[in-house]
Amino acid sequence: MSSRIANAQYLTARESPLAKTAATSTMQLEEKIASGDESNPCISKSTRLPRKRFYRARAHSNPLSDSHFPVPISPHHVEYSVHYPHFFPSSDSPPDSKKIEFADVGCGFGGLLISLATLFPETLMIGMELRDKVTEYVKERILALRVANPGQYQNVSVVRTNSMKYIPNYFEKSQLSKMFFLFPDPHFKEKNHRRRVISPFLLDEYAYAIRAGGIIYTITDVEELGDWMKSCLENHPLFAALTEEELEADPVVKLLSSATEEGQKVSRNGGQTFKAVFRRIVPSV
Amino acid sequence: MEGDDSLLTTEDNNKEVVELEVAPALISVHPAHHSVAVAVGCELRVFNLREGCPVTLGAESGEVCHHKDSIRAIRYGAKGNVFVSAGDDKLVKIWTTDSWRCMYSVSTEKKVSAVAISDNGQFVCYADKFGVVWVVELDEFNENQALVQKKGSPLLAHYCSIITSLEFSPDGQFIITADRDFKIRVTMFPKKPLDGAHEIQSYCLGHTEFVSCLAFVYNVDCPHGYLVSGSGDSTVRLWDFTSGLLLNTCDVGSEVGRLMANGTESNYFAITDLCATCDGSSICVAVQGLPGILLLTCNLLAKTLSILKVVSINGEDFIPTSIGTSLTSNFLWMVMGVSNLPGFDSSSLARVRIISGLTNCNSESGDQNHNILEDQQVPGGETLLQQLQGSLSIDKDVFSAAAEAVKTSMRNLLIKKQYSSEKREFRKRGRNDRKAKR
Repeated sequence: MSSRIANAQYLTARESPLAKTAATSTMQLEEKIASGDESNPCISKSTRLPRKRFYRARAHSNPLSDSHFPVPISPHHVEYSVHYPHFFPSSDSPPDSKKIEFADVGCGFGGLLISLATLFPETLMIGMELRDKVTEYVKERILALRVANPGQYQNVSVVRTNSMKYIPNYFEKSQLSKMFFLFPDPHFKEKNHRRRVISPFLLDEYAYAIRAGGIIYTITDVEELGDWMKSCLENHPLFAALTEEELEADPVVKLLSSATEEGQKVSRNGGQTFKAVFRRIVPSV
Repeated sequence: MEGDDSLLTTEDNNKEVVELEVAPALISVHPAHHSVAVAVGCELRVFNLREGCPVTLGAESGEVCHHKDSIRAIRYGAKGNVFVSAGDDKLVKIWTTDSWRCMYSVSTEKKVSAVAISDNGQFVCYADKFGVVWVVELDEFNENQALVQKKGSPLLAHYCSIITSLEFSPDGQFIITADRDFKIRVTMFPKKPLDGAHEIQSYCLGHTEFVSCLAFVYNVDCPHGYLVSGSGDSTVRLWDFTSGLLLNTCDVGSEVGRLMANGTESNYFAITDLCATCDGSSICVAVQGLPGILLLTCNLLAKTLSILKVVSINGEDFIPTSIGTSLTSNFLWMVMGVSNLPGFDSSSLARVRIISGLTNCNSESGDQNHNILEDQQVPGGETLLQQLQGSLSIDKDVFSAAAEAVKTSMRNLLIKKQYSSEKREFRKRGRNDRKAKR
C-alpha cells in the first residue's frame, strides 16, 4: 500500500502540472467508485453541487464564431417561464410582469450571480456565457441550490449566448439596472482589440439596454485592459463615473473582487485589480 | 480568425466547388429624374436623361477616376447634386452630378457594402463588411478644385456583421442600419456625426434571416412614414422605426412559391431589393428566382402590407438584381446583371427594363394601368440602353446563368454556413489545445 502511494507521488512529481491534476482527480474518483458510490461523479456527494473539474473548458472562446445556440428573435421571445419557473408558472407573461434587471456578461462559473441572488431576492438576473460546458455547470449549480434552499435562487438563471452580438435580442431598451463585466478576456494583441467586450461601439448597445441611472460594473486584473475600459467609458457621452462616496456606499462593488473564482484567484496571488464603475446618464442637450 | 465575414474559402478541404465571386448589377435614379446610373462590376455607366445623351465620367477634368474592382453600392443624394459609388476596391468616390467630376475619394480599410447620403447632402456614410459605419463630411465644393482625399470617422458599428443596407429616415433624424444577423438598428443621427452616433433609438427585430434591403414609405398624410425591410427569410416587414414595433409581415415566399409551383426546385425566395413608390401607395419587390416584380400595396393608415400582383416581363426571364425610382416620375427602373460571370465571352451582363404607371395602381380598382416599356419607348431609347447595358442584345443563356450566379453569391455571402458535427470536428483537427477526453 505504502509503496503504491510512494510510486504515485514519484510519478506525479516528475510529470507536468496538468497530469498531476488528472492523476489526483482520477485517484479521488477511483476512491469514490471503490467506496461503492455510484451516483453521478460530476456532482459532489457531500454538497450536492456540481464539481468544477468536470466542467472545465478553455479559458478563451472565439467571440467571432457563430456557435450553434438558439437566440431569441426579440426580447419578447425570451423564455421567462423556463428560466424563472417560480416567478412565471405559465408560459404567457402578463404585460407588466417582472423583467430581468441584472445581466452578468461572461459570468463564468456563476460566482457573482450566486452572491447577488440572495442580496437582491426580488430581482431577476441572468448570466450570459459563451462556453458550453461552463454554462452547463452554472445551470446545474443553480438547480442544485434551488433544491437545497427552497424559495431561494429562483431569481437567477444562465443562458449560453454571444453577448457581443445578441444583447438587443435579450433586453429591451432601458430594461437593465445593472450590467457586469468581470475579468473579461484582455485580447492583448492590437489587432484583437476589437474583440474586447468593452469597446466604444459596444458601449452604445449597453447604453441602449441599461436604463438611465443604471450602473455598469467592470473589473480586471490586467492594468492595460483596466485603463482601456476606463477610457472607453470616460469618452462615451452616455456614461459618467461614480464618485468615491457612491462606490463606498454600493454593496455590490465589494463583490466584484471577492465573489468570483477569477477574483479569488487574483487575491490569492496578491494581484491588483482595476475597477471602472459608471452610471448610464441622459446627456444634457 | 475572422471567419464571420469571409467570402467563400477556397481551400476548403472537401468537395465544395470553388465559386467566383460575382457582383450583381446596381441601378440608381436621380431624384428629379435628371439621370440614371448603372454599376456593373467596376464600370459605372451614367446616362443624362435631361439631355438624352450618355455621360463620360470625369470628362472635363480629364482625370482617370474609375473603380478598380466591383462596385457594391451606388446612391444619389436626396437633393440630386451628389452621387456616391463604392465597393471592393476600398474606395468611396463622391461625384458631383453637374459635371460628373469625382470630388472626393475616401480610402477605406475594408470593402464597402452599403452607402447613404444625409438629406442635407452634407454627410456621406458608408458601411464595411466588418459592420462598421463611417462618415465623411462634405465641404462646399469649388468647381476648380482638384480631387480631395478624405478620411472617414467611425460612426457606429454592428459587431462583426456585414451591413447590407444603410438608410436615412425621411426627416433625417435617424440612420437605419441592417445586417446579416437579422437585425435592424435605428440610431439617432447626431448634429456632430464625426463624434459618433451613440444613441440607439430602437431595434427592429423579427426577421429570421439576413436583412437585405430597407426603404421608407411615406406620403403627405403620413410624412414621418414607416420602414419597410426585405430579408432572406422571404418576408417583407413594415416597422414603426421610432419604437421598433413590427406592424405587419408580408409572407412573400409562400406566395411566390405558390405562383411558381411549376417545378422550381428551391423554396429559397430571398428578397433582393425593394423600393417604395413616391406616393407611398405601393412597394415594389425584387425576389430571387422570381422573374419580374412583385407589387405590394401599402396602407399607411391601417399600417398593413398586402400582396397585389406579380408584374412579369414577357419574353424575358428577367430577374432584377436592383431596382430604383425617382421622386418625380412614375417609372420603376430595373436592372438585371452580373459581372465576372465565368464561362461566357462577355464577362459582364446588364439588362435594363422599365415599368411605368405604378403610382396609379391601388387596390380598389383591380385594373392596373402599368405597362412594361419596350426598348424604343424607354426615355433616351436605344442610346440609353446601349450606354447602360453595354450592348443592345443579350443572350438568353447568359440570363439564366446570371440569375443562378447572383443567387449563389448572395447566399454564400449572407447565410451562415451550417456544418455537421463531424465536419466541425474535422475543421478543428489542427487545434493543439484540446485536452484528452476523460
